Amino acid sequence: MSTALQVRVWRGGKDGAFQAFEVPRRESQTVLDVVTHIQRHIDPTLAYRFACRVGMCGSCAMTVNGRPRWTCRTHVDRVAREGVLELAPLANLPVVRDLVADMREFFDKWARAGGRFVPTATRADPVAAVRPDSKPRREADAAIECIGCGVCYAACDVVAWNPAYLGPAALNRAWTLANDTRDGGRDERLLAVAGDAGCHACHTHMSCTEHCPKGLSPTRSIAGLKRATLRAVLRQAPEDYE
Amino acid sequence: MSLRREVRLWLAQRVTAAVLAACVLVHLATIIYAVRGGLSASEILGRTRGDFAWATFYAVFVLAAAVHGAIGLRNILAEWAGWRGGGAEVAMTVFAVFLALLGLRAVAAVFGGGA
Repeated sequence: MSTALQVRVWRGGKDGAFQAFEVPRRESQTVLDVVTHIQRHIDPTLAYRFACRVGMCGSCAMTVNGRPRWTCRTHVDRVAREGVLELAPLANLPVVRDLVADMREFFDKWARAGGRFVPTATRADPVAAVRPDSKPRREADAAIECIGCGVCYAACDVVAWNPAYLGPAALNRAWTLANDTRDGGRDERLLAVAGDAGCHACHTHMSCTEHCPKGLSPTRSIAGLKRATLRAVLRQAPEDYE
Repeated sequence: MSLRREVRLWLAQRVTAAVLAACVLVHLATIIYAVRGGLSASEILGRTRGDFAWATFYAVFVLAAAVHGAIGLRNILAEWAGWRGGGAEVAMTVFAVFLALLGLRAVAAVFGGGA
């Protein structure tokens, strides 16, 4: 192991530039450790986000040597090329400063995709029984572990081409709710995720699935939404979808 | 652009893709057969002229290609050139009709011998 790591870090906003730092190499060092070292020991003005450090909160995603990754669970050993790391904010989102991307549009799209659970029962009702081996439950299970890190959104070509596109994470969320048998918002949600800005814009490039740190397949969820919306469009009254 | 229409265009592109996959296979097999057998153009035309089965097959092929191509080009223009809305819809409809007419003219030629 060489003793120093050459790190190029994005500084400033959209018109910023990379700044070079030298960071000591350590065993089992993560990319987040590198960023934290720079802020604590070299330049305290460096802006970046993190919270849990253990892959739960989804706040530390950045572009590492050209690929979006969760930095807290990305070991330097795996990604440094000849002792060099290049760190930038997530793509497809506006830059606030340094390594901080503005996540508003990303989460607004969750709301636009009907990402909110619509209850059909009250607290007076008995707890809903959902069989763990039922098909909807298994479909929801396969997609439910999203931590909202934005890696898939930054990796998606369609987001780059079509700014209105809801993106893999929001559509994946919509798919989990479409499979929640307790939810009452299914029809409105399928309306919200159909069409040019929704699931039908997906090209099945599978970048989201390739990059998802949780090993989810938003591509699969989006394919499920395509089938569900198609059935809804063929079944429902024309004015519902005009 | 209504959602219903958007979803129907998506479905039309998938259905025509499936049709095209079959048509292309038959078309390629026919080409290879004709070339290997050493058939001349006039011999080929002798077989296609007046044959309703070939005319129907190639008419379906042409129409599927016109629909599939126009929807695909519409998507490319929207995503890569940012051209969306009424103008693009009209242009792509014209493009689909143009492709269909060109193709059907060729079908008419191999079926009837005119054009």
